[in-house]
Amino acid sequence: MIAIYKRELKAYFLTPIGYIFCGMYLAVSGLAFADTTLLEQSTSSLPTYFLYMMAIFAILIPLLTMKLFAEDRKSRTEQVLLTAPVSLTGMIMGKYFAALTVFAATFLVNSFNFVLLFQYGSPNTASIFSNILGLFLIGCAFIAIGAFLSALTENQLIAAVTSIGSIAAILVVSFVADKIGVQWVRVVLKWFSIINRYAPFTNQQLDITAIVYFFSLSAVFLFLTVRVYEKRRWS
Amino acid sequence: MIEILNVSKNFGDKKAVSDLSFNVVEGEILGFLGPNGAGKSTTMNIITGYLSASSGTAKIDGIDILDNPTEAKRKIGFLPEIPPLYPEMTVKEYLSFIYDLKDCRFPREQHLKEICDVVKIGDVYKRMIKNLSKGYRQRVGIAQALIGNPKVLIFDEPTIGLDPKQIIEIRNLIKMLGREHTVILSTHILPEVQAVCDRIVVINKGKLVANEKTEDLILAVEGSRKLVAKIVGPEADVLKMLKATGGVRYAEILGKRDTDSISYLIESEDKVDVRKSLFYSLAKNGWPLVGLEGMELNLEDIFIRLIDKEKNEQGKRKRGLKQG
Repeated sequence: MIAIYKRELKAYFLTPIGYIFCGMYLAVSGLAFADTTLLEQSTSSLPTYFLYMMAIFAILIPLLTMKLFAEDRKSRTEQVLLTAPVSLTGMIMGKYFAALTVFAATFLVNSFNFVLLFQYGSPNTASIFSNILGLFLIGCAFIAIGAFLSALTENQLIAAVTSIGSIAAILVVSFVADKIGVQWVRVVLKWFSIINRYAPFTNQQLDITAIVYFFSLSAVFLFLTVRVYEKRRWS
Repeated sequence: MIEILNVSKNFGDKKAVSDLSFNVVEGEILGFLGPNGAGKSTTMNIITGYLSASSGTAKIDGIDILDNPTEAKRKIGFLPEIPPLYPEMTVKEYLSFIYDLKDCRFPREQHLKEICDVVKIGDVYKRMIKNLSKGYRQRVGIAQALIGNPKVLIFDEPTIGLDPKQIIEIRNLIKMLGREHTVILSTHILPEVQAVCDRIVVINKGKLVANEKTEDLILAVEGSRKLVAKIVGPEADVLKMLKATGGVRYAEILGKRDTDSISYLIESEDKVDVRKSLFYSLAKNGWPLVGLEGMELNLEDIFIRLIDKEKNEQGKRKRGLKQG
């Protein structure tokens, strides 16, 4: 697992994809940050920044995950991974954590933006930390979704497009849910909605159920990825 | 060393492999022969654990690939049909990655160096894989399989797409590896198995057609052997003598090829080698034999013969049942 993790991590920077992800992430998120805080001269629209970031994730995270499994399948290098003395779970976790590491490192660097705010005023530290934690967990879940969709195809473009679509749909669903008349559908959609789950973090609460929800979301999609490989071996 | 027992594999409705059983003993080089689409790659993928069989078992050194995949896979070095290389890595990085992937316990530098020496890739060790020629890529693929010194090596069409010189080099390499490893070599080129393998398993449409020692199989399918001999001597007399030699079923003049010798086609009786008696008779008459070649059967001929043979036997069995 560690061997696969190390290789994947290195591969991000042997190809331009890792640099593109980090660069785009920092640039776009910097713009969003400046727009919502520095130019506003207040931190009152900080929640808007976090919403922007989720939308940015929808486009950037698929960039990170599209190649995870699709590339190995297309170039048949997966044969060496799947015939090596490594468990399926080990292989999939190795790849997942490699993508997660690139994401987490960029995320961490980007979080230093908030230090600026303390230069100009006294923002609510607790709110910032709970938001950052929530956003990070959402990022982890999105990577798992992207990884799952990458395992379904050998075409990286299809993996990317379906990931963008799925993540965008998950984000939009909470806005749509409000407009649905049937009560049980609305309740179910809201229960699943990431943005609704995220709401407590905006109010500086560490909502345990939400944390569990985000972790489970990652776990479910990683589990499904393992199942995809199991199934392919048997059919 | 390798036991394949009643293995079947279905892809949807299509039967890729059906009820295949054979064993490979330790230290043997087994040729795995079959036309394209016969199920060779599928079988190899099942042995290596890349695919799971629909039914039946595959055991490596007594370990079932499904019960204990990690241990079984540790004993196998596999070169798939398309070498599983990462083009953006250097040979060194790639082999080092495989070393970690297989969780080897040997001293890293020394182990990798030994393998590079064996497959002769020392001079491209620091180059990127995407810049290597096909022959070198194939060697890196073999190097990858050798890492961890596995007992069993499985090569899926290792010489495909190489030039004749490279083919011979790779064959010699496999022959050498066969001294210390148990090897399965799949191919659809007959001279390749003749040159390298101790035993041959032939499959067609996913079914076992033959499983015999190389010499036996060649003899069995050739039945009567066809030879082309170049002889210097009076045409009519030589032909008369050839026809009179024991074991010769048929002889004819093929024509003048060289300035002084004449080519003759000689067909022997079933399972008789006439070359020795031919030599002595010619020597007695003082007619020099300047060339002797066996007419090679190609794979298609072998398949047609093997499959016909099987059909005939089935037919006989059926008739036998009716009579009984």
